[in-house]
Amino acid sequence: MARILFFTVGALLAATPAFAMHISEGILPLNWALFWSLAILPFLALGVKRLNFLAREDLSLKPLVGLLAAVVFIISCMPIPVPTAGTCSHPCGTGIAAILIGPLVSVVITAVALLIQALFLAHGGLSTMGANTFSMGVVGSLVGWLAFRSVRRMGGSLAVSGFIGGMLADWGTYTATSLILSLGIRGESPLLPLFYKVVLAFIPTQLPLGILEGVITAGMVTLLYKKRPDLLVKMRVITEKELPNHA
Amino acid sequence: MLEGKKKWKTLLMHMIILPTLLFGVYFFSLAPKSWEGVDEAVVEKIAKEHGREARDPLIDPGSGDLLLFGFLLAGTVGGFAAGYYWRELTKKR
Repeated sequence: MARILFFTVGALLAATPAFAMHISEGILPLNWALFWSLAILPFLALGVKRLNFLAREDLSLKPLVGLLAAVVFIISCMPIPVPTAGTCSHPCGTGIAAILIGPLVSVVITAVALLIQALFLAHGGLSTMGANTFSMGVVGSLVGWLAFRSVRRMGGSLAVSGFIGGMLADWGTYTATSLILSLGIRGESPLLPLFYKVVLAFIPTQLPLGILEGVITAGMVTLLYKKRPDLLVKMRVITEKELPNHA
Repeated sequence: MLEGKKKWKTLLMHMIILPTLLFGVYFFSLAPKSWEGVDEAVVEKIAKEHGREARDPLIDPGSGDLLLFGFLLAGTVGGFAAGYYWRELTKKR
């Protein structure tokens, strides 16, 4: 108890101001802000439908979805200094959410997390929420989920699949952010050179951070497998045959 | 005998972890780097070059980082509780 208190107080005293990576309020022109807000609507509708379907099958999944929303909220506003770049950024958390609960519900989770951040923490913005949800929620979740499932199908272990899923979810998010930003601000300039410029500017920070996100995701999936494999079966990440004590 | 060995192991672990943490804190606080977020270092910088600048948020929480501090404090209390009861959450079934 005393040790936990000591580290908690230590962490509090060592804290520095937080920085976010979301596209800030006002960066995107109104037409693009509106476009991305409309683009996420079908995914949100499908996500809510999927969530209701899952909850009808098993009501206990709802608190789990709430827990994952808290995880995405915290992870996506947790600044991590990257010594190789001298800047701060944060992982996305959508990889682990998509792996555990599916990409569509993960979009809903991301939208809720980003809305709270925009309203109360001035991270991102209300007008850019559609763009941020598209990159982090739609692209991040889909890329992470597809990567995880593909590696699993190829016979990869949970740890390896989780690592690749988490890492690609992060890199996919920033690639999408680069494209969204380039489309929004390019004016009369050609798209591709600006897109490459933004991607290259993200690389020193996001390359190591994506690897870190992969490690975090692999760790979380492996921990769940060791401690609560029943939850992974319930969330259809593994089958009953893959349970550790399955005969 | 076993208890004594465990104590030495714990002491040795603290001797490694504590200086590492201390070094980490000083390295990140004193290193001559800006540590600005990639929103400022990349997104806002490139957007500014193309004539787009970030606006104040539609709902401005104001008061500098006070709100973030409140959030951090609440997170610390919540994290303390979650950390303390972590064993219950991860208990094998």
